[in-house]
Parts: sequence; structure tokens; C-alpha cells
Amino acid sequence: MSKQRIKQAFQEVLDQGDKAFVPYIMAGDGGLDSLEERVQFLQDSGATILELGVPFSDPVADGPTIQEAGIRALEQGVSLRAILEKLGQFKEKRSIPIVLMTYLNPIYAYGIEAFASACRTAGVSGLIIPDLPLEEENLVAKELQANDIALIRLASLTSPPERLKELARRTEGFLYAVTVTGTTGARADFKDELQEHLASLKNICQEPVLAGFGVSTPEHVKELSANCDGVVVGSKIVDALHQNNREEIKTLIAAASGKEQTTAE
Amino acid sequence: MKTYQQPDIQGHFGSFGGRFVPETLMPAVLELEKAYEEAMEDPAFIDQVDYYFKQYVGRETPLYYAENFSRQLGGPKIYLKREDLNHTGAHKINNAIGQALLTQRMGKKKVVAETGAGQHGVATATVCALLGLDCVIFMGKEDIRRQKLNVFRMELLGARVESVDQGSGTLKDAVNEALRYWVTNVEDTHYIIGSVVGPHPFPKIVRDFQSVIGIETRKQIVKQEGKLPEAVVACIGGGSNSMGMFFPFVEDEQVTLHGVEAGGSGIDTGKHAATLTDGKAGILHGTLSYLLQDENGQVTEAHSISAGLDYPGIGPEHSHLKETGRVLYDSITDAEALEALQLLTKTEGIMPALESAHAVAYSMKLAKKMEASETIVVCLSGRGDKDVDTVRSAFGGSSYE
Repeated sequence: MSKQRIKQAFQEVLDQGDKAFVPYIMAGDGGLDSLEERVQFLQDSGATILELGVPFSDPVADGPTIQEAGIRALEQGVSLRAILEKLGQFKEKRSIPIVLMTYLNPIYAYGIEAFASACRTAGVSGLIIPDLPLEEENLVAKELQANDIALIRLASLTSPPERLKELARRTEGFLYAVTVTGTTGARADFKDELQEHLASLKNICQEPVLAGFGVSTPEHVKELSANCDGVVVGSKIVDALHQNNREEIKTLIAAASGKEQTTAE
Repeated sequence: MKTYQQPDIQGHFGSFGGRFVPETLMPAVLELEKAYEEAMEDPAFIDQVDYYFKQYVGRETPLYYAENFSRQLGGPKIYLKREDLNHTGAHKINNAIGQALLTQRMGKKKVVAETGAGQHGVATATVCALLGLDCVIFMGKEDIRRQKLNVFRMELLGARVESVDQGSGTLKDAVNEALRYWVTNVEDTHYIIGSVVGPHPFPKIVRDFQSVIGIETRKQIVKQEGKLPEAVVACIGGGSNSMGMFFPFVEDEQVTLHGVEAGGSGIDTGKHAATLTDGKAGILHGTLSYLLQDENGQVTEAHSISAGLDYPGIGPEHSHLKETGRVLYDSITDAEALEALQLLTKTEGIMPALESAHAVAYSMKLAKKMEASETIVVCLSGRGDKDVDTVRSAFGGSSYE
């Protein structure tokens, strides 16, 4: 059921000729009590899927914005357990599929089997684990499979073709195409060969391909989704929520919509 | 005798180790593994490493019988493996020179490294100066405060030292930033990790380059005593001097191996860095190993008077050797280390680094339970000059003040 929800969410958007927009927010930034309202806001603003970050003490794949959001959440005493409980409390009220982005250690400390089943209970559809490469997937694969939780793989600019093929083949839900060689966070522009890279990933992957890392303007959203199925926007959303600048978020999400694009031109 | 063959092909030491890094780094980690394996099979590379060990580092280092110190304790003969006599004053240079030569061999011109006490940073900056490599060193803000002189040394050597303010501003946070820097600059940069930690193949590479310590010691003690020692003792932060010392003795089952962690203010105070004593398995910095963490899997801060032991993780091979029982792990408090530093300095005129003083302190405990006919080897991993300020304030100033 979980994986199916991701599939449906993409279908609804892509069938209309729109691109998918996946915002990332840090769970517990602003307090865990604000989570439901934030999820509702992003759902109402037209987000396709929500990527929900779990705070971790040592987030090596993240740049300063998300690191700081994580520290704010940890200062509020937010834990993976509390996040899953909270998600469970309002799962009937939301329609947007939730994908958790968490480093491996909080999962490992929770207990992999207990975690996978808690995800299912909380209505979590997928997982992104940035420090779990193909070589170590066995640690979690069986439990996620048993609970119908999609394991979303990240494809990097440094991955050689044969690894990209393997990542594209194994990924579930969507393929997360990392658009920069580096950590998360806003950037002015991207490497020239990126468009080609995204197009080639599209060619080898059955699942939707989303571009993420450093996407921070409506122009980026349009530019990058031109050659794939949409974008993931993290630091910019985290920052805008922290500043309570919600109009900026709406503008970003609108940029993924085909209709908006046509009227703008 | 059992043959000890670790890690396996995936970089696992029993149930520990592995490669838990972002996909962006995986190709670099795989490239490194391949380059390392090829290098180790190339006699020219081995000769090159040996050449620098001998002519530049000053190996082999003596295995010194600390007669006054032993007599004072009234038990077994205590030998010190004098890694403090290496160029730059600690064992760290063994690994730094090996990995810098590997960097050259891979055609990379830039190096990033982290440092805690500053010893690995100085060693890395030194070999980068020697081989003409660009060098950036990440160091926690708190460690910069504790080790100002080492920061200046690194800068003199031409390295750029970046202060890390995140977290507790110590070694763990410096590793995070070094990893982030590596992810961003992976195409032309090699990460010279300073201990037997991180993703495979780092724990193996660092162990192998540091094994020169144990290989020399084994030969020297047999020559000097006509037999293997009863006990070998080394301190552990990440665990590189101890792994280098223990590895060549692992199959000698009659030799008891003792790893000594930093007990800080005492295990029951919670302010310590005794990962194997008080931690549980988890994933940090690319490897699955024992880890100081809370019940939610958040990594907690380590505490030790010695900056080099102030790390909440530990090399995965140590976790494996704890599980198999081959190495015995225990801890020594700040106070015990300071007392040992004083005693060794006064009896032998050898001032150990605060890190190494933990091993010295443990040998004092062991000595009480051992016979005069027995021998202990202590890995004196570094010299104490860098710690004089810290020791001075711990003792409340000198008698002139």
C-alpha cells in the first residue's frame, strides 16, 4: 500500500503534464507540535510527496541550513520515536505520502525491525538513507520489504555508469538524482553536464527521476525538471519555514506546475 | 594457532566495519581500495614507504627498557616502544607518509585531514610540505584552543587550518567537516584519515601503515628478552597506535593485549571517552562500530583531558577484537593519566603525551599483578611537549607561581 501511494501521487501529477515537487522539512524544527500544520500547508500548496528529515547529531551529507535545523529540532528533544508517533496521530487526515530522510544510526538504535514496522503503522511510505550505499543495503532491505516501505536510492554525479544502472534498477518510489558533488544547500548554478546526466538517468530508470540538492529558485525548479520528473527542494524550504516566509514556498511549488509555466510564458 | 584474516572483502571485521558513506563518496572509496591493493603489491611502492620510514621518520624507533620506572613499581620489566621519537613526535606520521605517497600514486594533488590533538594534522601538513601537496586541516574550535602551538606548526608547514565550531568543537566535529569537504572536492582530493576509523578501506590502510610499530616491537623484544612479552599495552582514541601495535601480535595467543580508553572524570560521571566500556554498536563516520550515543541514536560528546582520545567512536577492528575477547579493554581516568605522566617523567626523563600516559598508567596497574620475570610493552605513542600547558593548568601552575 505504501509504495502504491507514492506511485499514485506521481501519476496524478505527471499525467497532467506537471512536474513533481517534493519539499523537504526537518521534523521538529519549530517544535513537533507544528508538524501537522506544516504538512497540511505543503499538501494544500500542491506538493507531490513530502520528504521529512529526522534530526541527527552528525549529518555529514548536509550543509549548514539543514544542520542548523537539525540542531534546533534536537534542542527541542525530538527523536525518531516521537516523530513516528506524531505521524501516526494524523495519518488519516493527510493524503500526501511521507518519505523519511534519516541517517542510519537513529534507525539502528531504534532496531531495524521495530523501526520498519513503526513506519508502516505511522503511514510512512518510503525512506531515504544518505549513508547507506548499495554495498550495505542488506542491513535493512528485508525489513523494509516486509513492511512495504520504499527504499529510495540516491544517484550521484560521481557514480560511474554501471553503478547508476544498478541504482536505477533497484530504486523504489523514485530515483533521487543528486545534482551537485557536495552537501545539501542553496547554490547559484549547476554544472553544464547536469542536464545530460538527468536525461540519461531518465533513460535507464523505470521509476520517476527527481533532481535534488541545491535547488533554491523557481528558475532552478523549471530548469532542472525539464529533463526529469521533478525536483526535491530542501534547504530553501527549511529556511523559508524558519523565516515564516510561506509565499516563497508557494512560488517554488507553483514553478513545477505546467499550467503556471504556460501562463508565465 | 588460528590465522587472523580481517577485514573481509566488503571491509567487515566480523559484524563491524563496512562502508556507510554517501553515494557521492563511494566511487572514491572504491578507487582508493583498488589503488591501495595495487600499491601494496608493487615492490617499488613498498620500498618507497620503507625509505621514508627510515630516512625521514627516523625508524626504527627504540624499544627502551624503562629500568628506573620498572624498579619503582617493583614488578615486571616495562619496555617502552618509543614512537615519541618519530619525526613530528608521534606515531601519526607512519600513516600520514604512507597515505600521502598513496595520494601521489593516485595522481591527486590535494589532501584534506581532520585532527584532534593536532598530531595527525601536523603529521599530514608535514608530509604535504615534503611531497608538495595542497593541504587543508579541519580542527575543532575547542581543540584549537587546547593546542594552539600545533595550529601554528601546521600553518608554518603551509597547511590551511579550518576551525570547526559545530557540536562540541572537537575531533568528531572535525571529522564531519572533513567528510563534507571531501564529498565536495572528491574529484581531486584525498582524505588522509588519521585513525583506524571511517569507511573501508581506511581502517585497514591505517592499520597496515601503523603495523610497523608492532612488527618492530615483536622483533626487538625477542632479541632483547629472548621471548615474547606477557602483556602489550596501548591507548585508544580512534585506535591507530594500538591497532598498529596489536596487529602483529594477534596470533600470539600467549601475549595478552590491553587497549586503554580515556576514562575522563570517571565512567560513572558520564564524562569520558570510553567507547568500548560504555557505548553500544552504531554507525558514525562511515563505519559500524561501538559508539557513545543516547537511546535515540544521537552521538554524545566524549570527554578526556587528552584531545587525541576525545572521540565518541572507535575503529571497527577494536569492536571486533572486543567481541572475540582477543584484546582486553579498560579505561584510565584523567587523574591517573596525569599521575603516570609525572612518574615516567621523573623516573626516566621521558615525558609522554597525555594520550600515551593512559597506557603508561595502565601498565602501572598491571605491574602490581605481575612477576619480576615477566615483561610488559607499552606503546609510547607520542611525546608530551604539546601537553605541557594542559598539564600545567591541571596541576595548578608550577612552583614558581
